[in-house]
Amino acid sequence: MLWDALTLQLGYNATLVTIGAALLGVSAGVTGTFLYLRKRALVSDAISHATLPGVALAFIVMVVLGADGRSLPGLLLGAAVSSWIGLLCVNWLTARTRLAEDAAIGAVLSVFFGFGIVLLTVIQTMTAGRAAGLEGFLLGSTAGMLFNDAVVIAVGGAVTLALVVALRRPMGLVAFDPEFAASSGVNVRRIDLAIMGLALAVTVVGLKVVGLVLIVAMLIIPPVTARFWTDRTDKMAMISGICGGAAAWVGAAVSATAPSLPTGPIIVLTSFALFALSLLLAPNRGLLAVGVRHRRFQRRVHMRQGLLALAQGQPIFERFTLTLLRRAGLAHADGVATDDGKARAAKALRDETRWQVVRADQAFESAAALYDGLRDIETVLTNDQIAEIDRRIGSPKGVAT
Amino acid sequence: MSGAEFVPLSLTPLLIGMFAAVACALPGNFLVLRRQALIGDAISHVVLPGIVVAFLVTGVVAAAPMLLGAAVAAILSVVMIEAIRRLGGIEPGAAMGLTFTTLFAAGVLLLEQSDTSGVHLDVEHALYGNLESLIWLDAIGWQSLVDASALAELPVELFRVAAALVGVCAFLWVFWRPLVLSTFDEGFARTLGVRTGSVGLALVIVAAVAAVAAFDAVGSIIVIAMFICPPAAARLMTNRLNMQLGWSVVFAVLSAVLGYVFAGFGPLWFGFDNAVSAAGMIATVSGVILGLSALFGPCRKRLGAPVV
Repeated sequence: MLWDALTLQLGYNATLVTIGAALLGVSAGVTGTFLYLRKRALVSDAISHATLPGVALAFIVMVVLGADGRSLPGLLLGAAVSSWIGLLCVNWLTARTRLAEDAAIGAVLSVFFGFGIVLLTVIQTMTAGRAAGLEGFLLGSTAGMLFNDAVVIAVGGAVTLALVVALRRPMGLVAFDPEFAASSGVNVRRIDLAIMGLALAVTVVGLKVVGLVLIVAMLIIPPVTARFWTDRTDKMAMISGICGGAAAWVGAAVSATAPSLPTGPIIVLTSFALFALSLLLAPNRGLLAVGVRHRRFQRRVHMRQGLLALAQGQPIFERFTLTLLRRAGLAHADGVATDDGKARAAKALRDETRWQVVRADQAFESAAALYDGLRDIETVLTNDQIAEIDRRIGSPKGVAT
Repeated sequence: MSGAEFVPLSLTPLLIGMFAAVACALPGNFLVLRRQALIGDAISHVVLPGIVVAFLVTGVVAAAPMLLGAAVAAILSVVMIEAIRRLGGIEPGAAMGLTFTTLFAAGVLLLEQSDTSGVHLDVEHALYGNLESLIWLDAIGWQSLVDASALAELPVELFRVAAALVGVCAFLWVFWRPLVLSTFDEGFARTLGVRTGSVGLALVIVAAVAAVAAFDAVGSIIVIAMFICPPAAARLMTNRLNMQLGWSVVFAVLSAVLGYVFAGFGPLWFGFDNAVSAAGMIATVSGVILGLSALFGPCRKRLGAPVV
């Protein structure tokens, strides 16, 4: 059953919803990248909550005009208008008053959502029974979705994705360096609005699938996940899109297999699983890689200190240092150096002296800047330079035994 | 309206709404000043999984385990946000969004998967609350206020919210100095020996406790709105912290009372015969107050901002 769902064997509507959700996931991931890089990830929270009054008002207006109140395009149009107003309110509060952006976001999201709930209760009393579908916008529901609705979502996802791909260059520029972008002729305000507008489009299209409480996750979690894997914007947007698309595909497919598996939460939890994996396993920024790097660094520090102590005939009390030296065959269990150890220790001490010369001499300034106590001097200077330094130090002397 | 009608039906919801609003608005002042306003948003989302897990563990819909579960979830989420932010090197806003959506999703999924059909536990309830249903059935009029047997039947939520309010006030009163210092000048506070980290954590925990107590009675929408709107509006009215706290209390009470009245009687004025959601209306009124103070408040501009 699950395999059927993942490979699109569960009927026409389920297939369409899955594809639509995946397209939406990809465009959410890519849009979210720019939102995240612009450090405005939580603005999407205000946008998504601000859709509720629009949905409710659109429903009321359509019923009053005698149309079917549940027509999805109409509801989504209402959602887009009210969340646009919400977005303008956030911008206005941040620009024109002393309130910080987080307070503006919180105020807009709670007030719009509260007003939306007031309208929902109005609808409940107005036409009891016919409003049953509107609660689905809170948490998303793809079960029993009509064919037309699925088409709206698939087309909406595809159009958003096309727009994001078209605008990715200027958006990346603005996200990293607004001043440079402005000086090279990009209209920063307009691109900012475009980023927000795309986030808004993703939110509105995703309302029916994921629900307004959780749609934020599709804009936030994939970029955060992608950030672990790369330092390049275009790659980050691509990885983020893939993560978002994969999570949405799996979420929509899994939820099609059973009625008690709502789409939104499954998509979010799949995204989170991808995030958790990246947090652990990503090269360079992942916890595992950081841990390994730290351990390796620790070993090198202990090794160096141990060798210097051997060279100067000092006793070694640190247990870890001793273990390292013994494992490398440089010292006996009682801390006395082996012949190998004596040679390596003499070399370490000599290198240390060489470094002192390098750091004292202005001529070696650029090499001296690389000194961190662990770098091998051969990686910094040429053999000729080392020979020149050795001439100043004098020839090697035997280690006192 | 006579006392015989007002006392049983409207007095307790009004009081609970006011207490909850003030209990959230007071710590909200500091959260807004410290740019942590969205912590309230995060907390009110993660309360849901806490309640669901508490229900699954105990198997009953009882107040004590659920409040405990919600509080644990709130604190857990704060720890998780901080951990993700530090371990992953992720900006705080994104870490917060990631955490609360994930926990909320887990809560919804648990709720859908478990057999909760027989009990009153659903997402909509968690969002809207049911302020209107917290009535005092045993009251017959103003004289019930001195009647011990009727007083014993007051809704238990009233006492819980009142206790939370007292707790918040006590916290602010005891820790006023370190709290103010670390909010305005963290470096200076640290040189005086204030443990700014612990003070920040304590503030968040107090906010979580207030949020959980209020959430139980009035739903998460009021909680988020009251954490942010009255303090933000008050911030635009004055430059002094004492005054700001005062204004925020006034605004919170005003939102609660006006919101409740509009929700209960507003539709009647327009010829409809059904009340609308009080929680939603209270949030809406607080937004209107914020809008008015953003337009006309005496201290609405940033200091040094260009005159436009």
